[in-house]
Amino acid sequence: MAAHAASELWQLSAAEASRLLADREISSVELTDACLERIAAVDDRISAYITVTADLARQQATDADRRIAGVPMQIKDLLCTNGIATTCASRMLAEYIPVYDATAVARLREHGAVLLGKGNMDEFGMGSSTENSAFFPTRNPWDTGRVPGGSSGGSAAAVSAGAAPFALGTDTGGSIRQPASFCGVTGLKPTYGRVSRYGLVAYASSLDQVGPIARDAADCALILQSIAGHDSRDATSLPDAVPDYSAALTGDISGLRLGVPSEYFAEGMDAGVRAAVTAAIDQLAALGAEIREVSLPTTQYALACYYIIAPSECSANLARYDGVKYGYSHQGDGDMWEAMERTRQHGFGPEVKRRIMLGAFALSSGYYDAYYHKAQQVRTLIRQDFAHVFEEVDALAAPVSPVVAFPIGERTDDPVRMYLVDVYTLPVNMAGLPAMSVPCGFSNGLPVGLQLIGPHLSEDRLLNIAHTYQQATEWHRERPGI
Amino acid sequence: MQYETVIGLEVHVQLHTRSKMFCGCPADYQAAEPNTRTCPVCLGLPGALPVINRRAVEYTVLTGLALNCRIPEFTKFDRKNYPYPDLMKGYQISQYDLPLALDGFLEIDGDTQLGLGRRRIGVERVHLEEDVGSYDDRGEGYSLVDVNRSGVPLMEVVSKPDMRSAEEARQYLTLLHSIVQYLGVSTGNMQDGNFRCDANVSIRPVGSQILGTRTEVKNMNSFRAVYQALEYEVVRQREVIEDGGAVVQETRGWIEEREVTVSQRSKEYAHDYRYFPEPDLPPLRIGPERVAELAAELPEFAPQRSARFQADLALSGYDADLLAGSRSMANYFETTLTAIAANPKAVADYISGKDTAARFLMGQVMRLTKGQAQPELALRLVQEGLELQKTRGSLEP
Repeated sequence: MAAHAASELWQLSAAEASRLLADREISSVELTDACLERIAAVDDRISAYITVTADLARQQATDADRRIAGVPMQIKDLLCTNGIATTCASRMLAEYIPVYDATAVARLREHGAVLLGKGNMDEFGMGSSTENSAFFPTRNPWDTGRVPGGSSGGSAAAVSAGAAPFALGTDTGGSIRQPASFCGVTGLKPTYGRVSRYGLVAYASSLDQVGPIARDAADCALILQSIAGHDSRDATSLPDAVPDYSAALTGDISGLRLGVPSEYFAEGMDAGVRAAVTAAIDQLAALGAEIREVSLPTTQYALACYYIIAPSECSANLARYDGVKYGYSHQGDGDMWEAMERTRQHGFGPEVKRRIMLGAFALSSGYYDAYYHKAQQVRTLIRQDFAHVFEEVDALAAPVSPVVAFPIGERTDDPVRMYLVDVYTLPVNMAGLPAMSVPCGFSNGLPVGLQLIGPHLSEDRLLNIAHTYQQATEWHRERPGI
Repeated sequence: MQYETVIGLEVHVQLHTRSKMFCGCPADYQAAEPNTRTCPVCLGLPGALPVINRRAVEYTVLTGLALNCRIPEFTKFDRKNYPYPDLMKGYQISQYDLPLALDGFLEIDGDTQLGLGRRRIGVERVHLEEDVGSYDDRGEGYSLVDVNRSGVPLMEVVSKPDMRSAEEARQYLTLLHSIVQYLGVSTGNMQDGNFRCDANVSIRPVGSQILGTRTEVKNMNSFRAVYQALEYEVVRQREVIEDGGAVVQETRGWIEEREVTVSQRSKEYAHDYRYFPEPDLPPLRIGPERVAELAAELPEFAPQRSARFQADLALSGYDADLLAGSRSMANYFETTLTAIAANPKAVADYISGKDTAARFLMGQVMRLTKGQAQPELALRLVQEGLELQKTRGSLEP
């Protein structure tokens, strides 16, 4: 094998690395060492990692060199890793060590992926900036005074900074797409049920999904191939066969009917975002897509709908954290109930508490019909809106967020102002549809993401659109100077 | 003033499935060491998800059919939210508004002392849920939690408030117990906790259509305890009212040793369960074809079997009920009749005074039941069968 400089190695995309490993041009040990060195070089500035599993990574890399795959990865700390701390970026689980692997993690391990460590995030997946981590905020590699987005901020930042070739994130209201957009990397949220949720610590059960964050669409295809498919341990996982995602990357989108929803280009959007996204749509037209204006009238209700349904489900999902069985336990004086209350008072951060209270209220007797039930009915309308539009077009193009990465601390005093950065990603989760974030330019030096949304189980189509775009553009190759 | 008693019963029946309701752990936890029948799912560990036990659903539908219920085509699970150390997830997966079975009934003989004859006791619903762990408050500042029972399938049968006395409640309970046992969906052992009964009791002036304030009575661990507790509670409520007071809506526990019910109002937490549909489980569609298949699996139950023994064999009601009492007993009895009918020489020997004939036939019964029957029981049944043969002359109808 020819010697490669470490700096060349950590810049490889997952697909490139996989090819070089397969051709025995590089070894997994070399690649992993390079990534670990890169982490050591940048992580004190961006704090993308909660835990770095250096010894494990080297051991797995050694194993992997005996097989073909050996690409190192980061796993968001919301996914269970057997024997390795899974904190969900919460004091409540700061020392919690699961006794099993999440299915998505197990499948990647079976394919020989190497675990570099667990990624920082907003606590329990609740947040849009990774500022809600109980430990430390992650910093955007493009400007360390700014947020990387959230809740998968640690994952997007790691990939962006070369501190991982790829990462597994999760998306409940935009948590893969939005940080991917803020950090200039590619992310994919699959159709609800496409990837098993077994081992994904639940936030909002009917919305959560696991997905890849990587340097380009080809990487996302490779990773999705490894994790997608039915899991008998997840009753909501889809039985549908998994197509060959890499084979779907034909690079040809001629004749593709691409819808542009007018409601996603509202007033108040960052001008640079609007410009970059519009240019990207023009580029797709130049590549052969037929652009059509469409309308999704229920878009304006998605935010309210999400902030009733997600907190409601989370209020039940987080009820188990009481200090009795595992995790943080605040003992002290008083009886069992008082200990439980203190555990939750000190174990949860403010945003988590906020959502638990919202959810318990929305489900409570006398209010259930007006809030939770009504929100679920509106959700059906949102789903129908998309279904209707997908009768006329094959995919939608829109911004991921109305803004680019904002300064750390800018929106932490105003929860609603924070929630608003996800207005264009939320509706997709409500409808259970697949969507991607694709780097498409910059605004004031900060990355902008193009959102591609497709009908149920159209991941192959979306990946091909993104891949075709990435063959003709260079945005996804831009690296922060860190 | 004459008062009428109004009783409704909620019976929780542990289903005799191989594995738990939402995971693959073995459901037989009785003899196991604490916390050895567990997995991430029934422990409620972060990230774990439930998967429905098909057999438990089928057992519940069978029970609903046996109780003359309607089986709706569409059913789902819901989360029932409340905090307790033995409830691992902080919510119990149960069924709220779309249960597996609705609007059934059981026919009882009625309380003759009240002048009530044979009539129907309504079954409101039959639904499926998971059991919780066991919680043992040791008192000296600590309690123990055993998760083995957490997740065991639990079927709940809710009657309408149609029973008018402790005697009617006893009849209903006995019949329900016989049915679940005949179906083989539960061993129905009250002492082991497989068959638990809670009662809702109230009284009202005779002729009134308005229900009186009810109390919930729990902790009755035998049929006798149910009978005694209900008798006691009715008297207690009447005395409260006649003393000029009002019955308080509360939960009361039956104290076996003192033969009284005692108020169990402990630390108040809101009984708002905040039910919402379980997002981790898809709703179920049980089509009419499947319901018909299950209906075809229903056995002849005790009352019908007893009636047949009385009609065909001229047995007294008492004897027939006894022999039809359990499915295994009734089966052994019918096997005995088969053995007798197949061995006329043994019968003749018996009639002419040869005792060994009975033993010979007992051996035949053991062979026919593949050694399942208890020898003493088989012998007793043979002797009864032979006596029947003697008096009737033949066992043919």
